[in-house]
Amino acid sequence: MSLLSARDLVYTYSQGSPLEHIAVNKVDFDIEQGEFIGVIGHTGSGKSTLVQMLNGLLKPTAGTITLDGVNIWAKPKEIRKIRFRVGLVFQYPEYQLFEETVAKDIAYGPTNMGLDQEEIEDRVVNAAKFVGLKSELLSKSPFDLSGGEKRRAAIAGVIAMDPDILILDEPCAGLDPVGRDILLAQIYNYHKERGNTVILVSHSMEDVATVCDRVMVMNHARLEMFDTAQSVFSRGEELSGMGLRVPQITSIIDSLIEAGIPLEKGVLTVDKAVLGITEYLKKEGRL
Amino acid sequence: MEFIRIEDLWFRYDESEEAPAKDERYVLENLSMTIGKGEFIAVVGHNGSGKSTVAKHLNAMLIPSMGKVYIDGMDTADESLTFDIRRRVGLVLQNPDNQLVAGIVEEDVAFGPENLGIEPAEIRERVDFALKAVDMYDYRLKAPHKLSGGQKQRVAIAGIIAMKPDCIVLDEPTAMLDPKGRAEVLDTIRKLNRENGITVVMITHYMEEAVMADRVFVIDDGKLLTSGTPDEVFSQVELLKRHRLDVPQATELCYKLRACGVNIDRLPLTEDECCALLKEVLA
Repeated sequence: MSLLSARDLVYTYSQGSPLEHIAVNKVDFDIEQGEFIGVIGHTGSGKSTLVQMLNGLLKPTAGTITLDGVNIWAKPKEIRKIRFRVGLVFQYPEYQLFEETVAKDIAYGPTNMGLDQEEIEDRVVNAAKFVGLKSELLSKSPFDLSGGEKRRAAIAGVIAMDPDILILDEPCAGLDPVGRDILLAQIYNYHKERGNTVILVSHSMEDVATVCDRVMVMNHARLEMFDTAQSVFSRGEELSGMGLRVPQITSIIDSLIEAGIPLEKGVLTVDKAVLGITEYLKKEGRL
Repeated sequence: MEFIRIEDLWFRYDESEEAPAKDERYVLENLSMTIGKGEFIAVVGHNGSGKSTVAKHLNAMLIPSMGKVYIDGMDTADESLTFDIRRRVGLVLQNPDNQLVAGIVEEDVAFGPENLGIEPAEIRERVDFALKAVDMYDYRLKAPHKLSGGQKQRVAIAGIIAMKPDCIVLDEPTAMLDPKGRAEVLDTIRKLNRENGITVVMITHYMEEAVMADRVFVIDDGKLLTSGTPDEVFSQVELLKRHRLDVPQATELCYKLRACGVNIDRLPLTEDECCALLKEVLA
């Protein structure tokens, strides 16, 4: 049994009105416990609508979502419990900080879960550690933090609920290259240490290529591909037809292969490319 | 011909009455640069490096604490010139949603020229011209909120074009866009520079975007770290990495191959250059 499954999932905005718009159309997938999933797609392809259905913020117009084999809408009154198990970090989550102190903000979720005080404090400290937030910042007002620190505090607030599935919608948007790499590494470490499932929505093909096991490609409300990062990014032409692209390094290696140089397809990182090329040169006795 | 001149610019946000403490931190320190008319300039730096603060000095949104900024010879510290300077230098920001004000695309583009007190007939002309320049004319009667991110950002740029500026300053204009939106906006910027002769200053942390520029300025910790043509700047891979900056993957690949002993004399900046070079080396 898969951890999270969708069957014939449909979401229609303003159904029955002249503005009717299908945002997610007949989507099926299975996600296993412990996977790191990437979601890519052009603006308006349905990514955000899809992830908002996965944690019960939006109710599907048709089709079902099952978590551990149970339809999440089987008992609509208990949908709140689903939101504790499937944590969603929105785009630009720093705009949602509101408490007097960072610690209280991070504690908001666990408090609503009805945990006891000691457990809450534990979780706040641990969540802050996961996202690299220094402990002296916990007593500060969230509004005194820098942009990057606010972003981390907001993510910690969701991690503190210890969700089975953590969904992040564009967590690195607006961060500089190093800030992005650090945050991405922290999310990845969180995933490795806790073994939780992570779903990462991103416009950055490089980020998705670096950390994700499997990648979903949304296009005009449909789930067009759902495969390993390597297979997805070896379909460069189809991706560019959808307003997406492959990482620059993948595309460089692809055109070398096309020119007859025997390298392995689907290279996703610079280091892998360096390895591939130097091995080829060594085999040829030229290095 | 020189259009922007920055002379020994120092800036700090908290200009209190009292004399500043010795260790008072300046956001910008002793920055000097000149930008010629019609040039395409990229300013790169990591978050907090001060690059957006530089952008805001170029249309007198900020005034130097010390030093001078001249726009076509006009001192930005002279308040009587502020209006004129802002008409000559338009600023486009990161988030298109914060920049669109009207309910219909063409009304939004007309907002700037209306405020300049321009005749209605000329406004019409300018709006049409600006929308065609960014390739959004067909959308002139649509509602901005129904457009994609790249389309919105192009409308925001049209709003600036309609004011007929000599120079456009863009502060991370593609940060919130998907790859297609990014490409649309970059094509538009490049076209405005080449075909309409508009001076472009683009603040970005995408190095693949900076390689399109004529010259690149790298700002780190409020100081000018290095500057030059993209070739000159991006060949300094180690310096850039040490200062938390990325180089394009094409450049990094060849840099690392060279470190492994592969015979590469010149580092490429773009994907095409990299492929051509490696095909030669590996053939």
